Formats: sequence, C-alpha cells, structure tokens
Amino acid sequence: MIGEGLVRADGQAKVTGRAVYVDDVRPEGCLYAATVRSPFAHARITGIRLDPDFDFSDVTVVTAADIPGENVVALMTDDQPALADKVVRHVMEPVALVAAPTREKALAAVSHILVDYEPLPALFDPERSRGHEPSLFGSDNVYSHITLVHGDPDGAFASAEGNADVRIIEGTYRVGLQEQLYIEPQGMIATHRVDAEGAPGLTLFGSMQCPFYVVKALSRVLGHKRFNVVQAVTGGGFGGKEEYPSLVAIHAALLALKSGKSVKLIYRRDEDLRATTKRHPCRLRYRTVVEVRTGRLLAFDGHMLFDGGAYNTLSPVVNSRGVIHAVGPYRCENVRSEALMVATNTPPNGAFRGFGAPQVQFAAERHLDRIARELGLDPLDVRRVNLYRDGDLTPTGQTLKDIGAKIVLEAALERAQRPLPPGNGSGRPGGGGQAARLAAGRGLALAWHGCGFTGNGEANLQGKADLALEGRDLRVYTSSTDIGQGTETIFPQIVAAALGIGVGRVSVAPPDTDLVPDSGPTVASRTAMVVGGVVLKAAQALRAALASEVGFDGDFDAMLDARTSDAVLRVREQYADDGTLVWDPKTYRGDAYPTFGWSCVIVDLEVDLDTGEVLYRRLVQATDVGRALNPVLASGQLEGGALQALGYATSEEVVLDERGCMRNDRLTNYIIPTALDAPEMETVLIEIPFAGGPFGAKGIGEIPHDVPHAAVAQAIERATGAVLDRLPMMPERVMAALERRR
Amino acid sequence: MILRFQVNATDVELDVLPMARLLDVLREDLRLTGSKEGCGEGECGACTVLIDGRAVNSCLVPVFQVAGAKVETVEGLASGLHGHERLHPVQAAFLEHGAAQCGICTPGFLVAAAELLAHTPHPTRLEVREALAGNLCRCTGYQKIVDAVANALGRQGS
Ligand code: FES
Ligand code: FES
Repeated sequence: MIGEGLVRADGQAKVTGRAVYVDDVRPEGCLYAATVRSPFAHARITGIRLDPDFDFSDVTVVTAADIPGENVVALMTDDQPALADKVVRHVMEPVALVAAPTREKALAAVSHILVDYEPLPALFDPERSRGHEPSLFGSDNVYSHITLVHGDPDGAFASAEGNADVRIIEGTYRVGLQEQLYIEPQGMIATHRVDAEGAPGLTLFGSMQCPFYVVKALSRVLGHKRFNVVQAVTGGGFGGKEEYPSLVAIHAALLALKSGKSVKLIYRRDEDLRATTKRHPCRLRYRTVVEVRTGRLLAFDGHMLFDGGAYNTLSPVVNSRGVIHAVGPYRCENVRSEALMVATNTPPNGAFRGFGAPQVQFAAERHLDRIARELGLDPLDVRRVNLYRDGDLTPTGQTLKDIGAKIVLEAALERAQRPLPPGNGSGRPGGGGQAARLAAGRGLALAWHGCGFTGNGEANLQGKADLALEGRDLRVYTSSTDIGQGTETIFPQIVAAALGIGVGRVSVAPPDTDLVPDSGPTVASRTAMVVGGVVLKAAQALRAALASEVGFDGDFDAMLDARTSDAVLRVREQYADDGTLVWDPKTYRGDAYPTFGWSCVIVDLEVDLDTGEVLYRRLVQATDVGRALNPVLASGQLEGGALQALGYATSEEVVLDERGCMRNDRLTNYIIPTALDAPEMETVLIEIPFAGGPFGAKGIGEIPHDVPHAAVAQAIERATGAVLDRLPMMPERVMAALERRR
Repeated sequence: MILRFQVNATDVELDVLPMARLLDVLREDLRLTGSKEGCGEGECGACTVLIDGRAVNSCLVPVFQVAGAKVETVEGLASGLHGHERLHPVQAAFLEHGAAQCGICTPGFLVAAAELLAHTPHPTRLEVREALAGNLCRCTGYQKIVDAVANALGRQGS
C-alpha cells in the first residue's frame, strides 16, 4: 500500500470532466462580480462617485465604507486593507467592488465607478526603500531584516588578507519576479446560508490552499464567524492560492452581504496576472573565502535584498527561508547571512513554491561555479569538496544526520550516463533544425530544502487531524487541501496501511471548515510529512480506541465484527514534536527544520548561438523523498516543479511598466513551457527515511523548484562560455552574454 | 438565432447570440462544464473541444460557426453512464500514468489527445509533444501526459 502508485482518488472525476471547480458552479440567481482597481502605484483617493449616466439600478457597489468589521486582510501583520481607503499603495489595488446580474454588466459598471486620485511619489527601487521616502511600512519600509551568524566570519575574512592559500571571491546575482500561473484563475463564490442554530450566515466556496486562512481573514472583516469556507476542486496553486484567496473571499462576501444574493467572483487571466502575488525578486551579493587548491568554502558573507511589494503578506517567512538556505547544501564554518525584505509600490509579492529557496540557491550554485571558474577547478569537484556530510553543522548550528547530499549526486550522475533521448532539443519541430548553429551542454546543481515550517512553527501551530470510523469505513478530516499534489490519495494510503485494510475503505472529507479541524495551511512541503504524520497518529489512536471498546487488539475487521454498537467513533490527534528540536527565533540558532530533503539536477540542453534560445533535451533529478508514499504522485510533483524552474530559468519574465504594472499580462507574452519546450525527464526517487514522517516520508513539494534554473545556467556556460548570473536568461540576455565572452 | 448542432452525439437546438463563444454556450447554456477557461484567448487549450473531429479552442469560436456541426467535449469521451462508464483509452491512460494532477488542464489535453490518436494510434513521443503543444499544463511537467498519450493504445493498436 505504502509505496504503491495507486491511481489518484479524484482521478475519475478529473478525466471525465465531472470534477467541480469554482467556476463550474452557478448558484440560483447569482450575481457576477468585478473589481475596481487602482491605475496608480501610489495615490490619495479623494472621492468615489457613481457615473450618473450609467444605470446602476441592478448593480451592487461596495467600498471600504461598507465593511462591517475591520478593513484588513489579516495574515502576519494588519497592513493590507481589504479595500483601499484614502490611499492606494500599488497599481491594481482593489478600491471598490461591483456585482451585477451578468458578467458584461459588472465589467461595464467598473468603468463607471469614478474614483478621484491625487498621485503621490512612488517607490520602485528596492535599493532605495529602506529608510527612504515615501514611507510605506513601519518606520523604515523594512518588512523583515534577519542576520544569521555562525562561527567567526569577520575573523575568517580578516585572516584571508595576505594569505596566498586562500582567496576572496565575490559575486552578485539577480532573480526576477515569477508568476505561479495556476491554469485556473482565482475564484470564489459567496452564498447565503442559515446555520444549525438558525442564524444567517455565508458559505465561501472557492479555489484555495488554506481554508482556515480565509476563516481568520474574513472573520475580522465581518466581525463574526457565522460562515464556513469550503475548498472547491482547485486548479493549481503553487503558493499563489495560499494567502491571496483570503482577499477574493472577503470581496465576494462583502458583495453577497450588501446585495443579499449569491455572488461569483472569478478573475480574468490578465487581471490575475497583473493583480496577484508573485515570487519575490532578489538581489544577492555573495563574498566567500575559499581555499585556492580545492575551492573549499572557509567563510561566507551573503547579503540578500528582497522586494516585498506594497504589503507584507508572508514576506518575512520568505526572508527567513532565504537566510537559512543561502549557502546551499554546502558546509561552511564561518557564515554571515543577512536578508532584507523591503516595501515598494508594486503589487505585493507572496508565496510561491520554494519560498525564498529558489532565489538563494540560484546564487549559491552560481557562486560555486564562479569559484570553480576563478580557481580553474572543475565545478563538480568544488561541489564534492563542499557537500554536507553526516555530522556537519548548518549555518544555524543544527547537526545534520542521514544526509542524502552525496547519494543524490551519485544517483543523478549515474542516471545521466544513459543516452539522451532522440528528438528533443533541436530535434523537435521548430527547434533550430539543420541550419542552426548549436552548442550543447550539461549542467548540474544541488539543493537542500528544509521540510515543513521553520523552527517552532509546527509546535506552535499544533496541526490537527480527525479520523472517524463510519460504519465499516473510515473518513479522514483535515483542512489540508488537494491542489493536485494528491493529498486525497496519500492520506487514505497512510490510514489503510496503519490499520491493515483496503485503501478503498478510506475516504477524505471535503475541506469544509464546518467539518474539519485546522490542520494548518497547505504549504511548506508539510502536508504529507507533517499532517500525514498526524493522520497516522490518528489511525493508531483509532485502533486503540476500538481495541478498548471491544476488549482486544487484533485484526481490524475482527475488531469491527466484535463491536456491538455502530456509533461513529471519531478521534482527533495533533502535531507534537518529540521535544528534541531546539530553536531560538531571536538568534536564528538551533534546529531550523525537523529534516531536510536533498536533490541533484542534471540538465542537458542546446543553445542556439544565433538567437540565444535554449532548447531542453533532458532533465535528470535524483531526490531524497524519505519514503515515496505513492511514487507516481511523488515523481509527478518533482517533474512539475522542475519544469516551473526551467520556465524561471529561460522564459518567464514579468515585465513591469512605469507604474509597476505587469505589461505582459497574457499567456502569449508571459511564456511558460509547453510540451514541446519541456525536456524528457528522468526522476530517481531516493529513500532515506525520516523517523518523524509517516513511514519515513519527507516533504517534496518545493525542492524540485530550487535549483534546475541554476543547472541551466551552468549548462549554458559549459556549452558556450557565456556567464549568466541573472534570471530569467531570456534569449537577448544569452546573446549579450555570448558577446561578453572573452 | 436558433442554432442546431450536435454535442456528444446528441442533437441540440438553442436560441443563442451568434457571436456568443462556443465555450460559454457549452458551459452556461448546456451546463457542460468539463471544458475549462484558463485564458479566454486561445493560448492555454483548457477549453479544447472537437468540431467535426478537429481540436479547436472553444473560447475563440463564435457559436454560429458550429451550425450543423458535431461538437465533442470531454464529457463525450467515455461511453456509458456515470459510475459504469467505459473510459476512452486515453482517459484510462491518464489515470494509470498519473497524468492529471490539479486536473484543470486535463479535459483539454484529453480532447486534443483523442484527436491525435484517432488518426495516429501509435504516436512517437515527439508527435505527442507536437500535437499537445497548444495545451498548457503547469502541474505535471508533461512527462506523464506524454507517457499516457504515447502508450494509450498499447501495442495491440486499435
Ligand atoms: S480558455 Fe481557450 S485557450 Fe485558454
Ligand atoms: S494538471 Fe494542473 S495544470 Fe495540468
């Protein structure tokens, strides 16, 4: 059961078109909503009027003045309003809402809400944010500033001066914005309901990762909790539906309350691209002391500057993950890692698969390549000499055990010896063809990724899961959402394995906050490992409860046969660590994560020397998954994540106009890879069990996005000698780098 | 206008605006919500349907163009009733290979793949990639989709 590639539980519904996504539902008499957004990056709102020449008789209009509770999107801090009031701080910021009987009428009404603005100076350059005007957040425009110190970096840099055996090597790296680009845009439906006590309330049904984030945010806006939140089948998230749906839900709810009707709010694609959160851009300056003979890292000093955009969202957590992962999976005894997350007048950036790690590990891998280049060493040798080994300390002082770094490296190298598949790269239609001048290259990169929340996160959260015996079948109740990764399949596998029954007897309750406990958010590669672990505990508790009811512990069906009652037996468990993890959030010292995943990626590609286009041939990845609960689902996660990283590498560029608004707001000009662009993939699952995860499983959702882009940069360099330290490596940047070659 | 056409082998007669998008007519008027809207501009392929056997993006088709035509959607791929349905081989292959994750792109891929398999039962991987290049998937990296389509009809053929 565990380790079997069972067909996903929701598969039949998805291949027949029956799976119900939010836009597939049309409540009786529902109104269609649209959002009035700011055209300015920073402005004072001096008035909101309705165009007297437009027929508003069947249009519901909501502004900040209609908010019954607090005007806030509650998350980490309360800086973001649900609707802008007096001031807008980024282009596309919601200012008012409309709902009308048809989509067309709603869209038309948007342009007849007349908002008067007085533009204010706007801030776009993160380098000029901290302590500068305009003041956007707190006293100094800083969302988060973390400095982590390990060993004696100052001493190591000081003693490097004049020492011929070592050298100081410095580099600057940049990564741009990236859009999650779930294929289903954001969407939410608010309907009216009467709860069990007869009180009126609302149901929010929509596309989301974290139903209880919506509960927290909406209850502050409404001033009560007389509503439930239900996840629809969700067409992808990748972090983009972690915090953002709270805002969409608030808007749908406000319109439903004011109109007295059901309201459906679905973003258009261009609107979704321009308005919603993206991966944080980052500028990274790395300085290292290295041993000349081997490239061994003796000291590391890294400074990261992240652009958080106009509101805080989850940016401090991204900053935190960035600081901890900055050196990559490499040992260094003297580290200073400092990250600054600042405010600008661009749309807020937020969660995206990897959460800071893809940014910093691009820099880490590129920096090792720079060390190899400057010292005349083989990049692979530089990695081998620095790779973590058992017993090493991380920059937070955590002792590493059961490290997969070397194992994934060797496994990937071995798999990459297989012949390249025919017909990809230039062999594909439109892929250069005979006439093209091509250079082929191979690149390799390594990643580590802390699984689950940082530090005491899980202990504080106490994620819960229920398991109920209903008749002879079992039902799992959690708020963990299946956004494609396979939660609805994995949890039954865990329960069935623990109880020794067929997986067909275990189902998963729909994530409805009326029915399920708060398991914590579906983020941070934590669902299978952390919540799955709580589900496993619940299965054990249920067995114990059943055993005490029937007076013996044995075969599960025999115990069921011995039951005299058919009452539902429901148990609840919650996360508790074993007390061995020690973490100090003030000093950033201690055990940052319960465990780490390890991955090695090898990319084969061709560079078209006349156009700068990169053509992918094959991507091999070997990844330590702890235990593959379902290898088909696990490899699917790894392959999908890796292709997103290839898009990040060479095609996905968010171009902002002078107002900070995404200019390329369509799928024709924000280019994600197609089946023709994608390489053939070979995925090797390495299993180094983690004792704290169910059956040894580790989190795997994010690690595939951590370094494929770095492997691409190395491959381009090896193919052509062109050095690129900035993402995305668009054809014109590749051409420029080709010209810069000595 | 009154429009007659066939959807999934059933005759339909509807009073529609001629310029209404076929996608909206399918989803809203006929409540066939298997075809999805990912972009509304012909780029993502989530709305792919067959018109007289040819895969098209239904978000780009004004409905008057299907007068008298045979339209097939994802709902028409399997035969038999819900619960007892016989899946089209490509649907079965998607399940077996794990080619659907979030599933929002899946109907469009299935329809495009069905068209390919109708004239090329044993496509090479490259032919599959070429035929599906008009459909975007953000979840899978396409590997399992290509696996599923290339192997859908097995060795015995059809
Ligand atoms: S919705 Fe038709 S192609 Fe995207
Ligand atoms: S399965 Fe999610 S977009 Fe393809």
